[in-house]
Amino acid sequence: MNVVVCVKQIPDPATPGKLNADSNTLERAGKLILDESDSFGVEMALQLVDKAGGGEVTLVSMAPNDEVSGLRTALAMGAAKAILVSDPALAGSDSLTTAKVIAKSVERAGDIDLVLTATESTDGYTGTIPGQVAGLLDWPALTFAKEVEIADGTVKIQRQTEAGYDVVEASLPAVVSVTAGVVEPRYPSFKGIMAAKNKPVDKVTAADLGLDASEVGWSGARQQIVSVEKAPERQAGEKIEDDGSAYEQIVAYLEKLKVI
Amino acid sequence: MGLKIWVFAEADGDKPASATLELLTKAREIGETVEAVYVGANADALAGALGDYGASKVYAIDPGGRLPGVIGAAALAELLPANSPDIVLFAQSYDGRDAISLLSAKLDKPVLTNGFTIRLDGDKVIIGTQIFGGNTLVDAEFEGEAPYLAAIRPKSFAAEPGGGAPATVETVPTPDAGRAGEAKVLDHHVEEREGPKLEEAVVVVSGGRGLGSAENYGPLVDDLAKLLHGASGASRAIVDAGWVPYAKQVGQTGKTVKPKLYVAIGISGATQHMVGMKGSDNIIANNKDGEAPIYGIPDLGVVGDATKVVPKLIEALKARS
Ligand SMILES: Cc1cc2nc3c(=O)[nH]c(=O)nc-3n(C[C@H](O)[C@H](O)[C@H](O)COP(=O)(O)OP(=O)(O)OC[C@H]3O[C@@H](n4cnc5c(N)ncnc54)[C@H](O)[C@@H]3O)c2cc1C
Ligand SMILES: Nc1ncnc2c1ncn2[C@@H]1O[C@H](COP(=O)(O)O)[C@@H](O)[C@H]1O
Repeated sequence: MNVVVCVKQIPDPATPGKLNADSNTLERAGKLILDESDSFGVEMALQLVDKAGGGEVTLVSMAPNDEVSGLRTALAMGAAKAILVSDPALAGSDSLTTAKVIAKSVERAGDIDLVLTATESTDGYTGTIPGQVAGLLDWPALTFAKEVEIADGTVKIQRQTEAGYDVVEASLPAVVSVTAGVVEPRYPSFKGIMAAKNKPVDKVTAADLGLDASEVGWSGARQQIVSVEKAPERQAGEKIEDDGSAYEQIVAYLEKLKVI
Repeated sequence: MGLKIWVFAEADGDKPASATLELLTKAREIGETVEAVYVGANADALAGALGDYGASKVYAIDPGGRLPGVIGAAALAELLPANSPDIVLFAQSYDGRDAISLLSAKLDKPVLTNGFTIRLDGDKVIIGTQIFGGNTLVDAEFEGEAPYLAAIRPKSFAAEPGGGAPATVETVPTPDAGRAGEAKVLDHHVEEREGPKLEEAVVVVSGGRGLGSAENYGPLVDDLAKLLHGASGASRAIVDAGWVPYAKQVGQTGKTVKPKLYVAIGISGATQHMVGMKGSDNIIANNKDGEAPIYGIPDLGVVGDATKVVPKLIEALKARS
């Protein structure tokens, strides 16, 4: 079984996010890392291919400046190869354009049974890309999966719902989005890290994927940021140290609010 | 000419979901004609409330055991050209996200998501979003031709009835959803819940990793929530750790809550958590680290060990009742 995992490479979330002053888009100029949300998809894919007893995991990532650091992490975990789409023409792409790039990359990978994504990325979190990719490929979209099972050409998932979960099934090929925390991503071994250095990364541009420069990036986005403002700050009130009697002040506060 | 706004409606049993009523209320304010599209077999049961909140009509589609978002996208793709609404609003929910993203691909239309405001500027439709954990507000407008597709986070608007007559129900045959429609729903599992729903509770008590262990959640968080007739919530750290189910998660990738009172116990105050609760009317925080980021927002901050403070509080509340 052959699986594509979409992996986004993002600025380290531990450093405060910034907007580019000219374009009002997220600043992505520095070093990027593997989005933690996607590490669950990578782990899930490795486990599924293992269970199927054959096949391989291909990564797909669209990123600026030929960035590969995040891809190397996922390759070190065990993915076989990667398609990296990097092209200045793609700067400013909206989620639908990103989905077009991913869908074309899946076609380029060829003979794919399953595409895994996270439910939303850490830095952009539009959360629409899994559905858009499925729509473009005309494959079933099984979203918000907390468990994934493959058998006899079908995929069955537990889909997170407001009330609990639904069991949803479709035939392959399909797109599945995986929720965070559902598997334990493995740490790359030293051997894995060394091997990752020599794994193939297929670097492509929008044109290589058959996408015209006029339909991607800024020109393809069809939406525009009109203002960016600081949100009004909430003012903190009283702060007390517990000396064993803080509960009394909490009770008094609850009384004031009339919740007791 | 006034705008025609469609709302992708969702249900909670035999009632419209609260997020749907919020969208209808807003649609009524900015639009002239408001209509709903609902995928489910019980549209007749919903028609009264949908009308009360502003929908004059509901297009009803039976999902036939398929995913509502998938069938909704296919139905909308067929309905939009003939009816030409200006805006189609979706809740940023599981099915709402399926519907808007599949529709976006089908129609080759961009989307704006995570909205928390909608405003009109002349004939421009502007959607506001919050980024960086809510400390920065970004307004974006659609370019190109209507209909504009936007997903709005629940709890962005208050739901208020407008006293309209029940919506007329127009049944639409289940569309052919192509290969997307192959996804079948085989089974529903409902997790047990006591007390009010998290999004609707007047008081929410949430716990985080500072509780120390999964065993402390019940006696500290659940019990306090119960005494305050509220609901219990959680940070993602303890959801990921498997202490409590995902349904309890508050924050960017969980629920947005706006109760009268939010109590955060042993939660550090990561931006992704705060974006889901900082709209609460009143906030109490308890953390043993006085420098924790959560202390930037509470009305009452109690620096101390949760395993000491909370049991005393619970005892005092029990003594009163
Ligand atoms: C894309 C993305 C989405 C996310 N979405 C969400 C989301 O929706 N919701 C969410 O909550 N998080 C979310 N997070 C995670 C978030 O960044 C934090 O990791 C998480 O909120 C931390 O949870 P916590 O506060 O329970 O744990 P910690 O950050 O570990 O904090 C524990 C706190 O407990 C305090 N403490 C320890 N012992 C005690 C004691 N005895 N008494 C009192 N206090 C004590 C400590 O001082 C500390 O401040 C998301 C992250 C990402 C990257
Ligand atoms: N540039 C990208 N390259 C590869 N995968 C991506 C990219 N952007 C988004 N994805 C995938 O789509 C998921 C949802 O992204 P988003 O819609 O941005 O929240 C992410 O978690 C990734 O799995």
